Amino acid sequence: MELKEIQTLEGHSDKVWGLSWNPATGTSDIPPVFASCSGDKTVRIWEQNSSNRLWHCKAVLEETHTRTVRSCAWSPSGKLLATASFDATTAIWENIGGDFECVSTLEGHENEVKSVSWNASGSLLATCSRDKTVWIWEVMAGNEFECVSVLQGHTQDVKMVKWHPTMDVLFSCSYDNTVKVWAEDGTGDWECVQTLGESNNGHSSTVWAFAFNAEGDRMVTCSDDLTLKIWKTDVGRMQSSDDLAPWTHLCTLSGYHDRTIFSVHWSREGIIASGAADDALRFFVESKDGLVDSSSYKLLLKKEKAHDMDINSVQWGPGA
Amino acid sequence: MTLGLINANPVVHAKKERVARNEDLHCDDAVDPLEIYDILNLILFFFSDIRDPEHPYSLEQLSVLSEESITVDDKLGRILITFTPTIQHCSMATIIGLCLRVKLQECFPPHYKVDIKVFPGSHADEEAVNKQLNDKERVAAALENPNLRQLVDECLYSNEL
Repeated sequence: MELKEIQTLEGHSDKVWGLSWNPATGTSDIPPVFASCSGDKTVRIWEQNSSNRLWHCKAVLEETHTRTVRSCAWSPSGKLLATASFDATTAIWENIGGDFECVSTLEGHENEVKSVSWNASGSLLATCSRDKTVWIWEVMAGNEFECVSVLQGHTQDVKMVKWHPTMDVLFSCSYDNTVKVWAEDGTGDWECVQTLGESNNGHSSTVWAFAFNAEGDRMVTCSDDLTLKIWKTDVGRMQSSDDLAPWTHLCTLSGYHDRTIFSVHWSREGIIASGAADDALRFFVESKDGLVDSSSYKLLLKKEKAHDMDINSVQWGPGA
Repeated sequence: MTLGLINANPVVHAKKERVARNEDLHCDDAVDPLEIYDILNLILFFFSDIRDPEHPYSLEQLSVLSEESITVDDKLGRILITFTPTIQHCSMATIIGLCLRVKLQECFPPHYKVDIKVFPGSHADEEAVNKQLNDKERVAAALENPNLRQLVDECLYSNEL
């Protein structure tokens, strides 16, 4: 089994920090599109040409952010793109007649915004920052965004936020070595309902990223502590009750990485991809050894020197 | 920007005699720890006299950096720098570390992985300082801060001979 590079896309003039696939593309008649964001303060939109299968840059979103753009995320409808920047703002872009225009700028964080995420229905947006907070914004008509909650709890820089794939439950991970789970308390207020820290088999250094499996009952986290950790929740309870089923540690993948793991993503088919500071990509799958309650994961493939420098973000694309 | 260096009476050590070396510092082949040492010494010297011109000693003499504190693994492309802030609570530790990192990035090929730590036991917040110095996102954001960038530039470029 091997991993083959199809194309190297050049264009950015500084580190590429993140990327996001447009969920409304990559179907039978719509060519796949993704956005990438960079230390050069721009975002580039890339599209695959259906006849020659080559990728090209179809737009550069510039002259808006004044510092590194750290992360980007398309809304579920694929109509809006949110970009999070070290300039402390989050910009919302819309494709208007082929041109991307910045239609809204979300301000409020005290310093660098690290990550942005839309919920499954596209009605909510979450952002997080070095200011230790997570903000939840409601998407209103006319591209208006209203902050409905400022979540405090992390004791350090918050590296990433992501909504659960099916429920309006928000997750965040931080330089404080924890992952926090946030949910509405029934009266419209958001609160932290769980913290995954060292005492519950959590990480011992910065948690850089995490990802959910397609079913939403498993989560993988990656860290500066050189491990990946798999977490699980009770599917039945998750779907049937108002009570939030707690997440528990399932296993830790250690000994595979010798430098910080910056990104991790779980494919629809169940393959976990990790990108690390040793320039390598690694792929893991669950190995069923016949025992009912045990779960372990094995390394499927390691691609050394996948890039010439640290890998900052890995994202599985749409379909085959 | 106020630097808050507090070091009125630095302990001075005898400087070791060293043989003169090749001045070419931009070597793409094997990385010589002694070359790194010379480059870094220029940076650290800046900190020794920035607030205290009466003590213009090199940081080797102040025991901040010695040749033993630079480890290079050419095969893996890794560099480890260990430096000793002159006093236990030195608030300049993270700035010094930042300057060291920027200088190393400029002098050596980008594929080198650089880790910078304070010498074990030499700083009250050793873990916290090391964590910040080696978080590349924090380093990148710090260098986009105009005040910090100006300080780093002053350190790196005002001493060019």
